[in-house]
Amino acid sequence: MSAPSTHRGRAGGAAPPSGTPALRLRGAGLAFGARALWSGLDLDVAPGEFVAVLGANGAGKSSLLKAVLGQQRLSAGAVEVAGRPVRRGSRDVGYVPQQKGVPVDLPLRARDFVRLGLDGHRWGLPLPSRAARAAVDRVLADVGATAYSDEPVGRLSGGEQQRLRVAQAVVGDPALLLCDEPLLSLDLHHQRAVSALVDASRRRTGAAVLFVTHDVNPVLPYADRVLYLAAGRFRVGPPEEVMTSATLSELYGSPVEVLRSGGRVLVAGAAATPDHPHEEVS
Amino acid sequence: MDALSGVFDFSDYGALLSLVRNTLWAGLLLGLVGGLVGVFVVSRDLPFAVHGISELSFAGGAAALLVGVDVVTGSLVGSLLAATLFGVLGARARDHNSAVGVLMPFGLGLGVLFLSLYEGRASNKFGLLTGQVVAVADVQLAALAGIAVVVLAALAVLWRPLLFASLDADVAQARGVPVGLLAPAFTLVLGLAVAMSVQVVGALLVLALLVTPAAAAVRVSSSPVVVPLLSVAFATTSMVGGTLVALGTTIPISPFVTTISFLIYLVCRLVARLRRPADRPAAPAVPSPAPEPATR
Repeated sequence: MSAPSTHRGRAGGAAPPSGTPALRLRGAGLAFGARALWSGLDLDVAPGEFVAVLGANGAGKSSLLKAVLGQQRLSAGAVEVAGRPVRRGSRDVGYVPQQKGVPVDLPLRARDFVRLGLDGHRWGLPLPSRAARAAVDRVLADVGATAYSDEPVGRLSGGEQQRLRVAQAVVGDPALLLCDEPLLSLDLHHQRAVSALVDASRRRTGAAVLFVTHDVNPVLPYADRVLYLAAGRFRVGPPEEVMTSATLSELYGSPVEVLRSGGRVLVAGAAATPDHPHEEVS
Repeated sequence: MDALSGVFDFSDYGALLSLVRNTLWAGLLLGLVGGLVGVFVVSRDLPFAVHGISELSFAGGAAALLVGVDVVTGSLVGSLLAATLFGVLGARARDHNSAVGVLMPFGLGLGVLFLSLYEGRASNKFGLLTGQVVAVADVQLAALAGIAVVVLAALAVLWRPLLFASLDADVAQARGVPVGLLAPAFTLVLGLAVAMSVQVVGALLVLALLVTPAAAAVRVSSSPVVVPLLSVAFATTSMVGGTLVALGTTIPISPFVTTISFLIYLVCRLVARLRRPADRPAAPAVPSPAPEPATR
Protein backbone atom coordinates (compact mmCIF):
# COMPACT_ATOMS: atom_id res chain seq x y z
CA MET A 1 0.00 0.00 0.00
CA SER A 2 2.95 2.29 0.36
CA ALA A 3 1.94 4.49 -2.48
CA PRO A 4 4.59 6.74 -3.93
CA SER A 5 4.55 9.55 -1.40
CA THR A 6 0.99 9.75 -0.16
CA HIS A 7 2.06 12.08 2.59
CA ARG A 8 4.16 15.17 2.68
CA GLY A 9 7.81 14.98 3.45
CA ARG A 10 10.45 12.42 2.66
CA ALA A 11 9.15 9.17 1.32
CA GLY A 12 11.69 8.55 -1.40
CA GLY A 13 14.28 6.21 0.05
CA ALA A 14 14.51 4.96 3.58
CA ALA A 15 14.49 8.02 5.80
CA PRO A 16 18.03 8.90 6.82
CA PRO A 17 18.68 9.24 10.53
CA SER A 18 17.98 12.76 11.68
CA GLY A 19 21.05 14.93 11.57
CA THR A 20 22.36 13.22 8.43
CA PRO A 21 23.18 15.90 5.87
CA ALA A 22 21.30 15.63 2.57
CA LEU A 23 24.64 16.09 0.82
CA ARG A 24 28.10 15.60 2.24
CA LEU A 25 31.33 16.29 0.39
CA ARG A 26 34.56 15.37 2.13
CA GLY A 27 37.91 16.41 0.69
CA ALA A 28 36.29 16.25 -2.72
CA GLY A 29 38.43 17.13 -5.70
CA LEU A 30 38.00 16.86 -9.42
CA ALA A 31 40.79 17.08 -11.95
CA PHE A 32 40.98 16.33 -15.63
CA GLY A 33 44.58 15.36 -16.23
CA ALA A 34 46.77 18.06 -14.79
CA ARG A 35 43.93 20.56 -14.70
CA ALA A 36 42.27 20.70 -11.29
CA LEU A 37 38.74 22.11 -11.29
CA TRP A 38 38.54 22.23 -7.54
CA SER A 39 39.97 20.28 -4.63
CA GLY A 40 39.64 19.92 -0.89
CA LEU A 41 35.93 20.65 -1.03
CA ASP A 42 34.18 19.98 2.27
CA LEU A 43 30.49 20.74 2.30
CA ASP A 44 27.54 19.54 4.37
CA VAL A 45 24.14 20.57 3.10
CA ALA A 46 21.43 20.10 5.72
CA PRO A 47 17.93 18.91 4.83
CA GLY A 48 15.90 21.89 3.69
CA GLU A 49 18.95 24.03 3.07
CA PHE A 50 19.29 26.05 -0.14
CA VAL A 51 22.83 26.34 -1.49
CA ALA A 52 23.49 28.38 -4.61
CA VAL A 53 26.49 27.28 -6.66
CA LEU A 54 28.11 30.16 -8.51
CA GLY A 55 31.24 30.62 -10.54
CA ALA A 56 32.61 31.30 -13.96
CA ASN A 57 32.04 29.05 -16.95
CA GLY A 58 34.41 26.12 -16.76
CA ALA A 59 34.85 26.47 -12.98
CA GLY A 60 33.39 23.01 -12.53
CA LYS A 61 29.81 23.74 -11.48
CA SER A 62 28.30 21.20 -13.83
CA SER A 63 31.01 18.66 -13.01
CA LEU A 64 30.09 19.02 -9.36
CA LEU A 65 26.49 18.15 -10.20
CA LYS A 66 27.65 15.20 -12.30
CA ALA A 67 29.71 13.96 -9.36
CA VAL A 68 26.68 14.20 -7.07
CA LEU A 69 24.62 12.34 -9.71
CA GLY A 70 27.21 9.57 -9.72
CA GLN A 71 28.01 10.23 -13.37
CA GLN A 72 31.44 11.66 -12.71
CA ARG A 73 33.99 9.95 -10.48
CA LEU A 74 35.79 12.28 -8.08
CA SER A 75 39.58 12.45 -8.33
CA ALA A 76 39.77 12.66 -4.57
CA GLY A 77 37.51 12.55 -1.55
CA ALA A 78 33.98 11.27 -1.13
CA VAL A 79 30.43 12.39 -1.76
CA GLU A 80 27.36 11.09 0.04
CA VAL A 81 23.69 11.77 -0.51
CA ALA A 82 21.38 11.19 2.47
CA GLY A 83 24.14 9.31 4.22
CA ARG A 84 24.86 6.90 1.36
CA PRO A 85 27.65 6.98 -1.20
CA VAL A 86 26.35 8.38 -4.48
CA ARG A 87 25.22 6.00 -7.20
CA ARG A 88 23.71 6.50 -10.59
CA GLY A 89 19.96 6.95 -10.69
CA SER A 90 19.55 7.38 -6.95
CA ARG A 91 15.96 7.89 -5.83
CA ASP A 92 17.29 10.38 -3.30
CA VAL A 93 18.17 12.91 -5.98
CA GLY A 94 15.79 15.03 -8.06
CA TYR A 95 17.28 16.72 -11.10
CA VAL A 96 16.03 19.94 -12.71
CA PRO A 97 17.85 20.66 -16.00
CA GLN A 98 17.90 23.85 -17.98
CA GLN A 99 15.00 24.72 -20.20
CA LYS A 100 15.16 23.16 -23.64
CA GLY A 101 12.74 22.22 -26.35
CA VAL A 102 10.56 19.14 -26.00
CA PRO A 103 10.17 16.89 -29.09
CA VAL A 104 6.90 18.18 -30.57
CA ASP A 105 5.66 14.78 -31.71
CA LEU A 106 6.19 13.11 -28.37
CA PRO A 107 2.81 11.97 -27.05
CA LEU A 108 3.02 13.38 -23.54
CA ARG A 109 0.70 15.64 -21.60
CA ALA A 110 1.90 17.70 -18.66
CA ARG A 111 0.75 15.03 -16.21
CA ASP A 112 2.54 12.26 -18.11
CA PHE A 113 5.68 14.39 -18.14
CA VAL A 114 5.58 14.71 -14.36
CA ARG A 115 4.80 11.04 -13.85
CA LEU A 116 8.00 10.03 -15.59
CA GLY A 117 9.79 11.55 -12.59
CA LEU A 118 8.00 9.00 -10.44
CA ASP A 119 8.48 5.78 -12.39
CA GLY A 120 9.98 6.64 -15.78
CA HIS A 121 13.14 4.72 -14.94
CA ARG A 122 11.30 1.43 -14.49
CA TRP A 123 11.11 -1.15 -17.26
CA GLY A 124 7.77 -2.08 -18.70
CA LEU A 125 4.58 -0.29 -19.59
CA PRO A 126 3.23 2.68 -17.60
CA LEU A 127 0.05 1.16 -16.24
CA PRO A 128 -2.59 3.41 -14.69
CA SER A 129 -2.13 3.76 -10.95
CA ARG A 130 -4.39 5.66 -8.60
CA ALA A 131 -1.54 6.40 -6.19
CA ALA A 132 0.71 7.70 -8.97
CA ARG A 133 -2.11 9.85 -10.29
CA ALA A 134 -2.74 11.33 -6.85
CA ALA A 135 0.94 12.10 -6.34
CA VAL A 136 1.17 13.72 -9.78
CA ASP A 137 -2.01 15.76 -9.24
CA ARG A 138 -0.69 17.02 -5.93
CA VAL A 139 2.65 18.12 -7.34
CA LEU A 140 0.96 19.72 -10.35
CA ALA A 141 -1.12 21.77 -7.92
CA ASP A 142 1.99 22.65 -5.91
CA VAL A 143 3.73 24.13 -8.95
CA GLY A 144 0.58 25.83 -10.22
CA ALA A 145 0.31 23.68 -13.33
CA THR A 146 -3.13 22.18 -12.73
CA ALA A 147 -4.70 24.41 -15.37
CA TYR A 148 -2.65 22.84 -18.13
CA SER A 149 -2.17 19.36 -16.72
CA ASP A 150 -3.78 17.74 -19.78
CA GLU A 151 -2.07 19.93 -22.38
CA PRO A 152 0.59 18.43 -24.66
CA VAL A 153 3.98 19.37 -23.20
CA GLY A 154 5.31 20.44 -26.58
CA ARG A 155 2.70 23.20 -26.75
CA LEU A 156 3.54 24.78 -23.41
CA SER A 157 5.74 27.82 -22.98
CA GLY A 158 9.30 27.59 -21.71
CA GLY A 159 8.27 28.88 -18.30
CA GLU A 160 5.43 26.38 -18.04
CA GLN A 161 7.73 23.55 -19.08
CA GLN A 162 10.21 24.60 -16.43
CA ARG A 163 7.50 24.45 -13.75
CA LEU A 164 6.81 20.91 -14.91
CA ARG A 165 10.51 20.04 -14.68
CA VAL A 166 10.51 21.14 -11.04
CA ALA A 167 7.38 19.05 -10.50
CA GLN A 168 9.00 16.06 -12.23
CA ALA A 169 12.06 16.36 -9.98
CA VAL A 170 10.13 16.64 -6.70
CA VAL A 171 7.36 14.12 -7.36
CA GLY A 172 9.58 11.28 -6.11
CA ASP A 173 10.24 13.13 -2.83
CA PRO A 174 14.02 13.35 -3.16
CA ALA A 175 16.31 14.26 -0.27
CA LEU A 176 18.32 16.50 -2.57
CA LEU A 177 17.20 18.68 -5.45
CA LEU A 178 19.91 19.37 -8.02
CA CYS A 179 19.13 22.37 -10.19
CA ASP A 180 21.41 22.78 -13.21
CA GLU A 181 20.92 26.33 -14.52
CA PRO A 182 17.12 25.94 -14.54
CA LEU A 183 16.64 29.67 -15.11
CA LEU A 184 18.68 29.82 -18.29
CA SER A 185 16.73 31.22 -21.25
CA LEU A 186 13.74 32.16 -19.09
CA ASP A 187 12.53 35.73 -18.89
CA LEU A 188 12.88 37.62 -15.62
CA HIS A 189 9.32 36.92 -14.55
CA HIS A 190 9.72 33.17 -15.02
CA GLN A 191 13.17 33.20 -13.42
CA ARG A 192 11.58 34.57 -10.27
CA ALA A 193 8.64 32.19 -10.47
CA VAL A 194 10.79 29.08 -10.90
CA SER A 195 13.20 30.16 -8.12
CA ALA A 196 10.28 30.72 -5.78
CA LEU A 197 8.89 27.33 -6.77
CA VAL A 198 12.12 25.54 -5.90
CA ASP A 199 12.19 27.39 -2.59
CA ALA A 200 8.59 26.47 -1.82
CA SER A 201 9.29 22.84 -2.71
CA ARG A 202 12.22 22.53 -0.34
CA ARG A 203 10.23 24.15 2.47
CA ARG A 204 7.33 21.78 1.88
CA THR A 205 9.31 18.56 1.50
CA GLY A 206 12.46 19.28 3.48
CA ALA A 207 14.63 18.51 0.49
CA ALA A 208 18.01 20.23 0.32
CA VAL A 209 18.69 22.30 -2.80
CA LEU A 210 21.93 22.63 -4.76
CA PHE A 211 21.19 25.33 -7.28
CA VAL A 212 23.74 25.98 -10.03
CA THR A 213 23.28 29.37 -11.62
CA HIS A 214 25.41 32.02 -13.31
CA ASP A 215 23.25 34.77 -11.83
CA VAL A 216 22.73 34.85 -8.09
CA ASN A 217 20.01 37.48 -8.09
CA PRO A 218 16.92 35.35 -8.77
CA VAL A 219 17.90 32.99 -5.92
CA LEU A 220 19.32 35.62 -3.58
CA PRO A 221 16.14 35.81 -1.46
CA TYR A 222 16.26 32.04 -0.88
CA ALA A 223 19.91 31.01 -0.75
CA ASP A 224 21.04 30.11 2.77
CA ARG A 225 24.60 29.72 1.55
CA VAL A 226 26.64 30.29 -1.57
CA LEU A 227 29.31 27.97 -2.91
CA TYR A 228 31.47 30.10 -5.18
CA LEU A 229 33.88 28.22 -7.45
CA ALA A 230 36.66 30.10 -9.20
CA ALA A 231 40.25 29.65 -10.29
CA GLY A 232 40.45 26.17 -8.81
CA ARG A 233 39.40 27.43 -5.40
CA PHE A 234 36.08 27.96 -3.65
CA ARG A 235 34.34 29.83 -0.87
CA VAL A 236 31.29 28.68 1.06
CA GLY A 237 29.21 30.87 3.27
CA PRO A 238 26.14 33.05 3.59
CA PRO A 239 25.59 35.22 0.51
CA GLU A 240 26.36 38.43 2.39
CA GLU A 241 29.77 37.04 3.36
CA VAL A 242 30.76 35.45 0.05
CA MET A 243 29.37 38.06 -2.28
CA THR A 244 31.72 40.81 -1.19
CA SER A 245 34.50 42.62 -3.01
CA ALA A 246 37.09 41.36 -0.54
CA THR A 247 36.12 37.68 -0.69
CA LEU A 248 35.71 37.46 -4.45
CA SER A 249 38.89 39.48 -5.10
CA GLU A 250 40.81 37.05 -2.95
CA LEU A 251 39.14 34.07 -4.61
CA TYR A 252 39.90 35.26 -8.12
CA GLY A 253 43.27 36.67 -7.18
CA SER A 254 42.40 39.87 -9.00
CA PRO A 255 40.35 42.94 -8.16
CA VAL A 256 36.63 42.27 -8.22
CA GLU A 257 34.00 44.75 -7.17
CA VAL A 258 30.67 43.64 -5.77
CA LEU A 259 27.99 46.31 -5.91
CA ARG A 260 24.64 46.17 -4.17
CA SER A 261 21.77 48.06 -5.62
CA GLY A 262 18.08 47.75 -4.90
CA GLY A 263 18.48 44.30 -3.36
CA ARG A 264 20.45 43.07 -6.33
CA VAL A 265 24.07 42.04 -6.38
CA LEU A 266 26.28 43.13 -9.26
CA VAL A 267 29.66 41.53 -9.70
CA ALA A 268 31.99 43.80 -11.65
CA GLY A 269 35.55 43.18 -12.73
CA ALA A 270 36.59 41.31 -15.84
CA ALA A 271 37.54 38.04 -14.18
CA ALA A 272 34.30 37.82 -12.29
CA THR A 273 32.02 38.41 -15.22
CA PRO A 274 30.64 34.90 -15.35
CA ASP A 275 29.78 34.73 -19.01
CA HIS A 276 32.75 36.62 -20.28
CA PRO A 277 34.36 34.24 -22.78
CA HIS A 278 37.83 35.78 -22.56
CA GLU A 279 38.04 35.46 -18.85
CA GLU A 280 36.94 31.88 -18.37
CA VAL A 281 38.55 30.33 -15.36
CA SER A 282 39.84 27.14 -16.83
CA MET B 1 -12.38 3.43 -68.41
CA ASP B 2 -11.29 0.31 -70.28
CA ALA B 3 -7.87 0.55 -68.73
CA LEU B 4 -9.43 0.60 -65.29
CA SER B 5 -11.85 -2.24 -65.92
CA GLY B 6 -8.84 -4.34 -66.81
CA VAL B 7 -7.31 -3.53 -63.46
CA PHE B 8 -10.32 -3.93 -61.17
CA ASP B 9 -12.23 -7.20 -61.17
CA PHE B 10 -14.13 -8.11 -58.03
CA SER B 11 -16.17 -10.99 -59.59
CA ASP B 12 -14.39 -13.87 -57.82
CA TYR B 13 -13.77 -11.94 -54.63
CA GLY B 14 -15.00 -14.62 -52.25
CA ALA B 15 -12.73 -17.27 -53.74
CA LEU B 16 -9.78 -14.89 -53.76
CA LEU B 17 -10.32 -13.96 -50.13
CA SER B 18 -9.44 -17.45 -48.94
CA LEU B 19 -6.20 -17.26 -50.92
CA VAL B 20 -5.05 -14.15 -49.09
CA ARG B 21 -5.81 -15.26 -45.57
CA ASN B 22 -2.08 -15.23 -44.86
CA THR B 23 -1.69 -11.75 -46.30
CA LEU B 24 -4.43 -10.46 -44.03
CA TRP B 25 -2.78 -11.99 -40.98
CA ALA B 26 0.52 -10.48 -42.08
CA GLY B 27 -1.27 -7.15 -42.42
CA LEU B 28 -2.57 -7.36 -38.87
CA LEU B 29 0.87 -8.21 -37.52
CA LEU B 30 2.49 -5.41 -39.48
CA GLY B 31 -0.14 -2.92 -38.40
CA LEU B 32 0.45 -3.82 -34.77
CA VAL B 33 4.25 -3.68 -34.98
CA GLY B 34 4.44 -0.70 -37.34
CA GLY B 35 1.93 1.33 -35.38
CA LEU B 36 3.75 0.84 -32.06
CA VAL B 37 7.31 1.21 -33.33
CA GLY B 38 6.16 4.26 -35.31
CA VAL B 39 5.31 6.15 -32.13
CA PHE B 40 9.00 6.19 -31.21
CA VAL B 41 10.16 6.70 -34.79
CA VAL B 42 8.13 9.89 -34.86
CA SER B 43 8.96 11.12 -31.37
CA ARG B 44 12.68 10.35 -31.70
CA ASP B 45 12.81 11.94 -35.14
CA LEU B 46 13.98 8.80 -36.92
CA PRO B 47 11.99 8.61 -40.20
CA PHE B 48 15.17 9.05 -42.22
CA ALA B 49 16.82 6.18 -40.34
CA VAL B 50 13.81 4.00 -41.18
CA HIS B 51 14.30 4.79 -44.83
CA GLY B 52 18.00 4.01 -44.62
CA ILE B 53 17.47 0.70 -42.85
CA SER B 54 14.85 -0.34 -45.37
CA GLU B 55 17.27 0.17 -48.28
CA LEU B 56 19.84 -2.06 -46.65
CA SER B 57 17.13 -4.52 -45.82
CA PHE B 58 16.25 -4.50 -49.52
CA ALA B 59 19.90 -5.16 -50.41
CA GLY B 60 19.92 -8.10 -48.00
CA GLY B 61 16.74 -9.51 -49.50
CA ALA B 62 18.10 -9.09 -53.01
CA ALA B 63 21.32 -10.84 -52.07
CA ALA B 64 19.31 -13.71 -50.61
CA LEU B 65 17.28 -13.95 -53.81
CA LEU B 66 20.48 -14.10 -55.84
CA VAL B 67 22.17 -16.84 -53.86
CA GLY B 68 18.90 -18.69 -53.42
CA VAL B 69 18.37 -18.52 -49.66
CA ASP B 70 15.30 -17.38 -47.79
CA VAL B 71 14.41 -13.75 -48.56
CA VAL B 72 13.11 -13.02 -45.07
CA THR B 73 16.44 -14.07 -43.63
CA GLY B 74 18.27 -11.95 -46.17
CA SER B 75 16.36 -8.78 -45.46
CA LEU B 76 16.54 -9.47 -41.74
CA VAL B 77 20.33 -9.68 -41.94
CA GLY B 78 20.46 -6.49 -44.03
CA SER B 79 18.20 -4.68 -41.57
CA LEU B 80 20.11 -5.68 -38.47
CA LEU B 81 23.41 -4.87 -40.12
CA ALA B 82 22.12 -1.40 -40.96
CA ALA B 83 20.75 -0.90 -37.45
CA THR B 84 24.08 -1.93 -35.95
CA LEU B 85 26.00 0.37 -38.28
CA PHE B 86 23.77 3.32 -37.40
CA GLY B 87 24.19 2.50 -33.73
CA VAL B 88 27.98 2.53 -34.12
CA LEU B 89 28.19 5.55 -36.39
CA GLY B 90 25.95 7.88 -34.46
CA ALA B 91 24.03 7.62 -31.24
CA ARG B 92 22.18 10.90 -31.64
CA ALA B 93 19.61 11.68 -34.32
CA ARG B 94 21.79 14.44 -35.69
CA ASP B 95 24.75 12.11 -36.26
CA HIS B 96 22.34 9.48 -37.51
CA ASN B 97 21.24 11.54 -40.44
CA SER B 98 24.57 11.83 -42.19
CA ALA B 99 25.37 8.18 -41.44
CA VAL B 100 22.04 7.18 -42.96
CA GLY B 101 22.61 9.47 -45.92
CA VAL B 102 25.91 7.75 -46.59
CA LEU B 103 24.72 4.17 -46.17
CA MET B 104 21.38 4.42 -47.92
CA PRO B 105 22.56 4.92 -51.52
CA PHE B 106 25.20 2.26 -50.97
CA GLY B 107 22.55 -0.23 -49.87
CA LEU B 108 20.24 0.68 -52.70
CA GLY B 109 23.08 0.33 -55.20
CA LEU B 110 23.99 -3.11 -53.87
CA GLY B 111 20.36 -4.17 -54.04
CA VAL B 112 20.02 -3.06 -57.64
CA LEU B 113 23.22 -4.94 -58.50
CA PHE B 114 21.98 -8.17 -56.92
CA LEU B 115 18.61 -7.87 -58.63
CA SER B 116 20.14 -7.29 -62.05
CA LEU B 117 22.28 -10.40 -61.59
CA TYR B 118 19.24 -12.42 -60.49
CA GLU B 119 17.55 -14.35 -63.28
CA GLY B 120 14.46 -15.65 -61.53
CA ARG B 121 10.87 -14.39 -61.59
CA ALA B 122 10.52 -10.67 -62.18
CA SER B 123 7.73 -10.34 -59.59
CA ASN B 124 10.21 -11.47 -56.93
CA LYS B 125 12.52 -8.63 -57.90
CA PHE B 126 9.82 -6.04 -58.02
CA GLY B 127 8.25 -7.25 -54.80
CA LEU B 128 11.20 -6.36 -52.63
CA LEU B 129 11.03 -2.75 -53.69
CA THR B 130 7.33 -2.11 -54.07
CA GLY B 131 5.63 -4.93 -52.22
CA GLN B 132 3.89 -8.24 -52.75
CA VAL B 133 1.09 -8.69 -55.19
CA VAL B 134 -0.93 -10.64 -52.68
CA ALA B 135 0.33 -14.00 -51.61
CA VAL B 136 2.25 -14.58 -48.41
CA ALA B 137 3.43 -18.16 -47.95
CA ASP B 138 2.88 -20.09 -44.72
CA VAL B 139 6.59 -20.16 -44.00
CA GLN B 140 6.86 -16.44 -44.54
CA LEU B 141 3.91 -15.76 -42.26
CA ALA B 142 5.48 -17.87 -39.55
CA ALA B 143 8.72 -15.91 -39.86
CA LEU B 144 6.83 -12.60 -39.67
CA ALA B 145 4.95 -13.78 -36.60
CA GLY B 146 8.21 -14.82 -34.95
CA ILE B 147 9.79 -11.42 -35.54
CA ALA B 148 6.63 -9.67 -34.40
CA VAL B 149 6.70 -11.53 -31.09
CA VAL B 150 10.31 -10.45 -30.50
CA VAL B 151 9.53 -6.81 -31.37
CA LEU B 152 6.43 -6.66 -29.18
CA ALA B 153 8.20 -8.26 -26.23
CA ALA B 154 11.12 -5.84 -26.54
CA LEU B 155 8.78 -2.85 -26.76
CA ALA B 156 6.83 -4.01 -23.72
CA VAL B 157 10.04 -4.01 -21.69
CA LEU B 158 11.60 -0.85 -23.11
CA TRP B 159 8.48 1.32 -23.38
CA ARG B 160 8.55 3.50 -20.28
CA PRO B 161 12.30 4.24 -20.04
CA LEU B 162 12.40 4.74 -23.81
CA LEU B 163 9.65 7.34 -23.51
CA PHE B 164 11.61 9.03 -20.71
CA ALA B 165 14.86 8.99 -22.69
CA SER B 166 13.07 10.29 -25.79
CA LEU B 167 11.76 13.21 -23.75
CA ASP B 168 15.03 14.22 -22.10
CA ALA B 169 18.07 11.96 -22.14
CA ASP B 170 19.86 13.98 -19.43
CA VAL B 171 17.06 13.79 -16.90
CA ALA B 172 16.42 10.14 -17.72
CA GLN B 173 20.10 9.40 -17.19
CA ALA B 174 20.08 11.29 -13.90
CA ARG B 175 17.20 9.03 -12.87
CA GLY B 176 19.23 5.93 -13.72
CA VAL B 177 17.85 5.09 -17.16
CA PRO B 178 20.62 3.41 -19.20
CA VAL B 179 20.26 5.91 -22.02
CA GLY B 180 23.41 4.72 -23.78
CA LEU B 181 21.93 1.24 -24.14
CA LEU B 182 18.37 2.22 -24.98
CA ALA B 183 19.18 4.01 -28.23
CA PRO B 184 20.98 1.09 -29.90
CA ALA B 185 18.44 -1.35 -28.43
CA PHE B 186 15.62 0.58 -30.05
CA THR B 187 17.52 0.80 -33.34
CA LEU B 188 17.70 -3.01 -33.38
CA VAL B 189 13.96 -3.25 -32.67
CA LEU B 190 13.45 -0.81 -35.52
CA GLY B 191 15.60 -2.99 -37.76
CA LEU B 192 13.38 -5.99 -37.04
CA ALA B 193 10.22 -4.01 -37.74
CA VAL B 194 11.64 -2.74 -41.02
CA ALA B 195 12.64 -6.24 -42.12
CA MET B 196 9.04 -7.35 -41.53
CA SER B 197 7.58 -4.45 -43.44
CA VAL B 198 9.90 -4.85 -46.44
CA GLN B 199 8.44 -8.33 -46.97
CA VAL B 200 4.96 -7.00 -47.59
CA VAL B 201 4.97 -3.34 -48.59
CA GLY B 202 8.46 -3.24 -50.12
CA ALA B 203 11.52 -1.22 -49.22
CA LEU B 204 10.42 2.01 -50.85
CA LEU B 205 7.14 2.20 -48.96
CA VAL B 206 8.07 1.13 -45.46
CA LEU B 207 7.62 4.69 -44.23
CA ALA B 208 3.90 4.43 -44.92
CA LEU B 209 3.70 1.84 -42.17
CA LEU B 210 6.37 2.96 -39.72
CA VAL B 211 5.86 6.73 -39.88
CA THR B 212 2.56 7.85 -41.40
CA PRO B 213 0.17 6.14 -38.92
CA ALA B 214 2.04 7.43 -35.86
CA ALA B 215 2.46 10.88 -37.38
CA ALA B 216 -1.28 10.95 -37.98
CA ALA B 217 -2.03 9.79 -34.43
CA VAL B 218 0.06 12.51 -32.74
CA ARG B 219 -1.94 15.10 -34.70
CA VAL B 220 -5.15 14.21 -32.94
CA SER B 221 -3.98 13.17 -29.47
CA SER B 222 -1.15 13.65 -27.01
CA SER B 223 -2.10 10.91 -24.63
CA PRO B 224 0.65 8.31 -24.30
CA VAL B 225 -2.08 5.66 -24.23
CA VAL B 226 -4.36 6.91 -27.00
CA VAL B 227 -1.59 7.68 -29.51
CA PRO B 228 -0.17 4.12 -29.70
CA LEU B 229 -3.70 2.68 -29.96
CA LEU B 230 -4.66 5.08 -32.74
CA SER B 231 -1.38 4.50 -34.51
CA VAL B 232 -1.95 0.73 -34.49
CA ALA B 233 -5.53 1.21 -35.67
CA PHE B 234 -4.37 3.43 -38.54
CA ALA B 235 -1.56 1.10 -39.59
CA THR B 236 -3.80 -1.95 -39.45
CA THR B 237 -6.56 -0.23 -41.39
CA SER B 238 -4.06 0.75 -44.07
CA MET B 239 -2.60 -2.74 -44.32
CA VAL B 240 -5.79 -4.78 -44.24
CA GLY B 241 -7.73 -2.22 -46.26
CA GLY B 242 -4.99 -2.07 -48.84
CA THR B 243 -4.91 -5.85 -49.12
CA LEU B 244 -8.69 -6.15 -49.54
CA VAL B 245 -8.77 -3.54 -52.29
CA ALA B 246 -5.69 -4.90 -54.05
CA LEU B 247 -7.35 -8.31 -54.15
CA GLY B 248 -9.73 -7.15 -56.83
CA THR B 249 -6.90 -5.82 -58.97
CA THR B 250 -3.70 -6.82 -60.67
CA ILE B 251 -1.75 -4.14 -58.82
CA PRO B 252 0.52 -4.84 -55.81
CA ILE B 253 -0.97 -3.92 -52.44
CA SER B 254 1.49 -1.13 -51.65
CA PRO B 255 -0.14 1.73 -53.60
CA PHE B 256 -3.39 1.03 -51.79
CA VAL B 257 -1.69 0.76 -48.40
CA THR B 258 0.17 4.02 -48.89
CA THR B 259 -2.90 5.83 -50.21
CA ILE B 260 -5.12 4.77 -47.32
CA SER B 261 -2.34 5.63 -44.89
CA PHE B 262 -1.91 9.05 -46.47
CA LEU B 263 -5.65 9.75 -46.48
CA ILE B 264 -5.84 8.93 -42.77
CA TYR B 265 -2.99 11.36 -42.18
CA LEU B 266 -4.79 14.10 -44.11
CA VAL B 267 -7.98 13.55 -42.17
CA CYS B 268 -6.07 13.72 -38.88
CA ARG B 269 -4.44 16.99 -39.86
CA LEU B 270 -7.83 18.35 -40.78
CA VAL B 271 -9.36 17.21 -37.49
CA ALA B 272 -6.49 18.84 -35.60
CA ARG B 273 -6.98 22.07 -37.52
CA LEU B 274 -10.71 22.13 -36.83
CA ARG B 275 -10.39 21.19 -33.18
CA ARG B 276 -7.63 23.62 -32.27
CA PRO B 277 -8.36 27.17 -33.18
CA ALA B 278 -5.36 29.43 -32.74
CA ASP B 279 -6.17 30.07 -29.08
CA ARG B 280 -3.03 28.42 -27.88
CA PRO B 281 -0.24 28.86 -30.38
CA ALA B 282 2.57 26.34 -30.21
CA ALA B 283 5.28 27.58 -27.90
CA PRO B 284 8.65 28.34 -29.41
CA ALA B 285 11.09 25.55 -28.61
CA VAL B 286 13.32 27.91 -26.67
CA PRO B 287 12.00 31.25 -25.49
CA SER B 288 14.13 34.20 -26.28
CA PRO B 289 16.56 34.77 -23.43
CA ALA B 290 15.79 37.90 -21.51
CA PRO B 291 18.70 40.30 -21.18
CA GLU B 292 19.84 40.68 -17.61
CA PRO B 293 22.18 43.63 -17.74
CA ALA B 294 22.34 44.00 -14.00
CA THR B 295 24.19 40.72 -13.58
CA ARG B 296 27.16 41.73 -15.62
